Amino acid sequence: MTQAATTSTAPDAPETPRAPDALRETVIEPKRGWIAVDWPELVRHRELLGFLVWRDFKVRYKQTVLGLGWAILQPVFFMLVFWLVGASAGIDTGAVPKPVFYFAGLLPWTFFSVGTQLSSQCLVNQQHLLTKVYLPRLFIPTSVIVVGLVDLAVASVILAAIMGIYTVAPPLQALLLVPLTALLLLFTLGVGYLFSALTVAYRDLRYIVPFFVQAMMFLSPVIYPVALFGDKLAWVLKLNPLAGIIEGFRAAVTGSPVDWPALALALVMTLLTLALGLAVFRRIERRFADIA
Amino acid sequence: MTPPAIILDSIGKAYQIGLRSPADEGLGQAIKGVLAAPVRNLRRLSGHAPHQETFWALRNISFEVPPGQVLGIVGRNGAGKSTLLKILSRITEPTEGRARVRGRIASLLEVGTGFHPELTGRENVYLNGAILGMTRAEIAAKFDEIVDFSEVEQFLDTPVKRYSSGMFLRLAFAVAAFLEPEILVIDEVLAVGDARFQKKCLGRMREVSRGDGRTVLFVSHNMATVRALCDRCVLLNKGALVADADTETVVEQYLDLTMNQASTVYDFSDRTQAWEFGTGAARFTRLEFAGVRSSFVNSTADFDLLCTVLARDDVDAFRIAAIVKRLDGVPVGAAFAPDHASLRAGETGTFRLKLADLGLAPGRYACELKLGKGNPREGRTEFDAIDDVLHFEILPETAADGSAGYWEPAWGSIRFADASLDRVG
Repeated sequence: MTQAATTSTAPDAPETPRAPDALRETVIEPKRGWIAVDWPELVRHRELLGFLVWRDFKVRYKQTVLGLGWAILQPVFFMLVFWLVGASAGIDTGAVPKPVFYFAGLLPWTFFSVGTQLSSQCLVNQQHLLTKVYLPRLFIPTSVIVVGLVDLAVASVILAAIMGIYTVAPPLQALLLVPLTALLLLFTLGVGYLFSALTVAYRDLRYIVPFFVQAMMFLSPVIYPVALFGDKLAWVLKLNPLAGIIEGFRAAVTGSPVDWPALALALVMTLLTLALGLAVFRRIERRFADIA
Repeated sequence: MTPPAIILDSIGKAYQIGLRSPADEGLGQAIKGVLAAPVRNLRRLSGHAPHQETFWALRNISFEVPPGQVLGIVGRNGAGKSTLLKILSRITEPTEGRARVRGRIASLLEVGTGFHPELTGRENVYLNGAILGMTRAEIAAKFDEIVDFSEVEQFLDTPVKRYSSGMFLRLAFAVAAFLEPEILVIDEVLAVGDARFQKKCLGRMREVSRGDGRTVLFVSHNMATVRALCDRCVLLNKGALVADADTETVVEQYLDLTMNQASTVYDFSDRTQAWEFGTGAARFTRLEFAGVRSSFVNSTADFDLLCTVLARDDVDAFRIAAIVKRLDGVPVGAAFAPDHASLRAGETGTFRLKLADLGLAPGRYACELKLGKGNPREGRTEFDAIDDVLHFEILPETAADGSAGYWEPAWGSIRFADASLDRVG
């Protein structure tokens, strides 16, 4: 990434006005090519991210009868469907009880699919935030995706309940869920940045994103275990970070062996996706107000 | 010497204007256009398209603003004022040139940006404050003042979607009024709410700029407001900086420019969103002074205004009102037509609004046209409003001896009928 020009140059300015010579100077000029992420700016405005997350959380379930109940119903419903389909198709889930197998896979999958779909629309649906005011635009998709963590946490309680029913004791390995969730979050953010920015520039993405999510569902081991495929094919499958993450979720809660190479690959692919998402977002961002 | 708060150096902004799409040439063409669109767009993406036209919304703008100054930016619609504010607010980036801004900058291009209808007034104050760049601590410290200013205290925990538009605007402006950046950029937003609240906002604006020594960039069509607030003004015309001087000089130039560009016909068929006001159930598409060849008229003339209205929804018993203002924005009077006009959805109608015996004194005037229904008692709905159009100048009457009549501006804007004088004692 080459950096043509940045905005702020002066050292961190105070939040309250001081003598004029202590003021931050902002240089506004045309930028070309790839633009680096302005991390100090993001840190300075961190409170705004907090407010946006809080808003998106409040608004998400306002005026729905079930509220957060939807965070439970959706994966439970799909678990039942998968269980039924999986059973009739004779998919072998190994020693893991089927509800635990499917639900553990549905948690990360639901986070990814909901996050991707909501974030890809979030900029075009809030054009005022692009055309009437300046704020670090990266926060907009970030907050939508971060709110999904609440759903994830609520659904995790159900997972614990299901594990209780099938007397699957949580192993110490379950602590792996924390870094796995972080990885899942980063991957979803990467995809969200990419699609949200592209949707502003090319409205075709409205039609492409649902395709993409559906395709990812079949390309990720949500309904089947990776083991279903031969070693060679499995590696292709694992290029998709969701493969490593979903299998990782299952391993973490059941205590089965963790596929470390797959997780390492998932980490690499996640970081690549995130870098691509940020780069594309920043490149299109400077034209947001003109094309939104 | 303190360095300038803002330095603009040859700022320019170009937009690419796409080639006209063939969609409006009948269904056959439209279908062909849709089918050919992927090919056309792919060609454009790969850069093989016939090149697009470049339109410079701003070109070669340079000036400096010292800290603490209130600078007015004036110009006709499309002069580039809003583009300039957007560049300084970092919403859009310039195509050429460079600007340096010292200090935190907050822009108020619209009141209520980021307000969420589902959230309560209280929640929106925090959210909107944060979006405008305030910290949580700052908002908390100012919260009571904001609520007090907004006068919506008792509805603070009601979702703002249940607010009347007046309450919404008051709360939204109140948040903005307590912003404390070093530089404040304001676009025409004072035109909110009722007259009393507008006055309050103006007072607050004056406090902010005078008392606290903030640098303010202020865009308005209302020259009376500009005169009251600004230390200095710049005049933009068609993207170029044409004047930079003290407020009085620039306001005069602006008014001259307005009269020079005055027309008897105004076409609003492709208005940009920024221009839209009201519910839009019906909108003006064209306004015309009928029966006059120029906008310089005799004080005894009647005015025939032809208003063409396009209805989006079925509208019945609506009313057209004309407010006559001095060219600097101060209202002179208003006339209301009886509310018995109606239109079906999709229908266009042209209405003649006859204004007789206005008694206007020699001077320059403009009109604001409003379209709506209802009355203040049972609730009023505005469909559309267009301000600062149909400019005209009333020329002094020629006296019997051939000399030009005389009217002193201090005598006001209405020339009453000659008084009678009788000796009674």
